Amino acid sequence: MKLTGAQALIKSLEESGVDTIFGLPGGAILPVYDPLLDSSIRHILVRHEQGAGHMAEGYAMATGRPGVALVTSGPGATNIVTPIANAHMDSTPLVVITGQVPTSAIGTDAFQECDITGITMGITKHNFLVQSASELPRAIAAAFHIATTGRPGPVLVDVPKDVSQSMMDWWWPSSISELDLPGYQPTVDINQADIDAAVALIEAAERPVLYVGGGTLKSRASQQLIAFAERSNIPVVTTLMARGAFPDSHPQHLGMPGMHGFYTAVMAMQRSDLLISLGARFDDRVTGKVDGFAPEAKIIHVDIDRAEFNKVRRVDVSIQANVKDALIALDASTSTVKNLDAWWKTLRSWQADYPLTYDPPTSDGPLRPQLVIESIARASAPGTIVTSGVGQHQMWAAQHWQYEEPGTWINSGGAGTMGFGVPAAIGAKVGRPDRTVWTIDGDGCFQMTAQELVTARAERIPIKVAILNNAYLGMVRQWQEMFYDERYSEVYLSPDLPDYVKWAEAMGCVGLRATNPQEMKDVIEEANSINDVPVVIDFRTDSSEKVFPMVPSGATNDEIMVHPSQRGKRS
Amino acid sequence: MTTPEPYVGPTAAPVVQHHILSVLVENKAGVLARIAGLFARRGFNIYSLAVAPAEGHALFSRITIVVDADSAPLEQIVGQLNKLVNVVAITDLAPKFAIERELLLATIRTEVDEQTNLMEIIAAANAAIVDVDAHAVTVMLAATPEACDALERTLEGFAEVELHRTGRVALPRLGKVTS
Repeated sequence: MKLTGAQALIKSLEESGVDTIFGLPGGAILPVYDPLLDSSIRHILVRHEQGAGHMAEGYAMATGRPGVALVTSGPGATNIVTPIANAHMDSTPLVVITGQVPTSAIGTDAFQECDITGITMGITKHNFLVQSASELPRAIAAAFHIATTGRPGPVLVDVPKDVSQSMMDWWWPSSISELDLPGYQPTVDINQADIDAAVALIEAAERPVLYVGGGTLKSRASQQLIAFAERSNIPVVTTLMARGAFPDSHPQHLGMPGMHGFYTAVMAMQRSDLLISLGARFDDRVTGKVDGFAPEAKIIHVDIDRAEFNKVRRVDVSIQANVKDALIALDASTSTVKNLDAWWKTLRSWQADYPLTYDPPTSDGPLRPQLVIESIARASAPGTIVTSGVGQHQMWAAQHWQYEEPGTWINSGGAGTMGFGVPAAIGAKVGRPDRTVWTIDGDGCFQMTAQELVTARAERIPIKVAILNNAYLGMVRQWQEMFYDERYSEVYLSPDLPDYVKWAEAMGCVGLRATNPQEMKDVIEEANSINDVPVVIDFRTDSSEKVFPMVPSGATNDEIMVHPSQRGKRS
Repeated sequence: MTTPEPYVGPTAAPVVQHHILSVLVENKAGVLARIAGLFARRGFNIYSLAVAPAEGHALFSRITIVVDADSAPLEQIVGQLNKLVNVVAITDLAPKFAIERELLLATIRTEVDEQTNLMEIIAAANAAIVDVDAHAVTVMLAATPEACDALERTLEGFAEVELHRTGRVALPRLGKVTS
C-alpha cells in the first residue's frame, strides 16, 4: 500500500491506539492535517500550543495512557517546550509531533525553522528527527514504546515537511525488536537479594514510614500498596505527585509530606528509622535541607530508574523495579512485622496536636480559600478529578481536598508550571468524560492559559474552574511577607482587572462570582448543575491568607512552622 | 575526533580522581551532542574525549570519556548516561585496570644550535619524527598520558612549539577484572 508520509503518520497514530490529539496546524505540519480529516482520531484545536501540551498531560495523568500533541515548526514547537519540560519533570508519557521545514532547508535559517530536537534534548526522554517517510512508522512506534515503558516521559518526533509529502510503502513494526532500539532496555528482573535485604530492614524497623511517590501511580500499584500497608501496619505519606495513590480517608494515611506538608507526615519522616521510598525521588520540596533530612532513617529505595539511587540521599537497599512488582515481592517475602504501637502512639499524638487548620471563616467575606476548596469537595461527586495551577491554591488543593483514588489529582509538581490547571483539566475531561473535573486555580495562573476555555467551549468540554482570586501572586506575596520584611514587590494583580465573570462569558462559559460563604454555597451548587458548558467562578478570597504548615526554604524539616494558632503547643 | 577543550598547558596536570568510561553508542546524528549536553546540564566534568567508529560495526561508535569523578559520583554519571536511548553499553575502566594511550603531535621551530638537544629529547621519549624542514621538526608520540605529559613539559624549554594532543583511548588490562 502506497501512502504519503502524512497518511503514514496518521495511520501510525491509529495503530498506536491514539483516540485524541491536541494540536494546532501551521505551515510545516500542513500535510499531516489533511489525512487527519479522514481519521477516526479526535483532534482538539487549541488556541495556543502550550495548551495542547498541558491538555495532553492532563489526558495522560487522568487515563494513564500517553497524551499526544501535534504542532507546527518554529514558534509552534517552541510554544510546547514548557509542557514538554513539565512532563519530563513529572514523568508523564507524552508523544509530541512537530512539523519541521523540509530537509533541504534545515540549517538555512528557513522561515519558521528551529532546532527543536536540539532545544528539547535535555527535557525529553528521547527525540527523533525523521529523515524519510519510510522511517515514520518505526519512529512513531518507538516514540510510544519509549514514552510509556520504564520511567515514562515525553518523546518528541520532528517531521520535515518533505517527509510528510513524499510517498512510502506502508509497513508497521510487528515487534519491539523491529524498533531498532539496541540501547533501550526499560525492564529489569527484580533481584531477590535486594528484596531479602529490604525485608530484613523492614522487620527490624521500629519507626518505619512508606514514602509514596508518583511512581506508585504510574505503575498502578495502589491496590498492592494498600495490601502491603495494611498487613505491615506501616504509616503512609503520599507526596504531591502521589495524592490519591493511597486513600486520604485510610486511618494509616498521615497525609502529604514536604514544604507545605501535614505536620505529622513531615515529622514522621523526620523521626523515622526506616523510609521505604516507593517511586519517589527525594525532591528538595520533600527533604528540606538534605543534610538534616530524616537523620536516623535507613533508606529502602524502590525505583524503575536506577539513576535515582544515591542521587540525593545514600540508600541502604535499592530495588530497581516498578513499584507494583516490588510491592508484590516485598509482601510475599515479609513474614513478621514488629509491633508498631509505640510509633503509632507518637503519630496519633502529633495528629491530635497539629491537625491541618486555618482561621475560622467569617460570614461576610472575604472567603477563606481553604473553605472554598472543602466546600467544592463536599458538593462534588466521589471520583471528581481536580487539577490546579501552581502556588498557594495548589498547596491548599493538595491539603484540603480528600483524594480517595488514583488519577483524581493532577498538578504540575517538579516544574511548577503556572497556568497548568485549565488546559490540564480540559485534557483530563476529554480522557475521562464520565468524571466531573474541577480546576482549583489562582488568579495569576488563570491569566496565563485562560484562552483555552474558548477551546473547551468550542469542543464541548464542560470543565469547572474555581479561581481563588486573592488579587495577588499569592505564594510570592507569602514569601515577601514572611522572609522579605513585608516588602511587596510586583505581586499585586487587582481583583477586578480583568473582570473574570465577563471574561468567562466572552469565552462562551458561564461566569459566576462569590464574595461571602452564602454566595459561595450557591454558586458551587449552580456550577455542579451545569454540564454542557464550562463554568468559571470568581471566588473573592482573603489575600492575607498563607499556606501552613511551612518549612522555610533552606531549613531542615525540624524547623517546620505550623499555623499561628498552634504555636507554643507541645506534643 | 579529539577533545574540543582548549589546550591549557601541562601545569593543569590532573590531581582529581579520573575514571575512564568506554561508551558504545548508536552511530546516529546528534549522539555526541546528547552526551555532551547531559554532562553539561548535570554538572559532570569531561576531562578528555575520543570518538571513533566501533570495531567491526557500521552502526555503532565508541566514545572514550575520561570523567572527573570528583565532579559527581561515578554511579550517577553511569546511571544518567545509561538512560540515553542511543547509549548501548558502558564499560567503566578504573585507571589501574586499564591500558591508556594518547597521541601527541608537536612542531618545534629551533635554531641550529638547539637541534642536537632536540634530537636527544625525541630519542629519549621514543617519539617519532614525522615531518621536517629547514627550520622545524614535527614529532609524534603515541604513549601513556604520563609519557605525553613528560614530553610536553620537556618541550616547554623551546621558544616556539605548537602542540596538540588527542583524547585518550583505553582498553581493559588483560587478565584483570573491570567493574
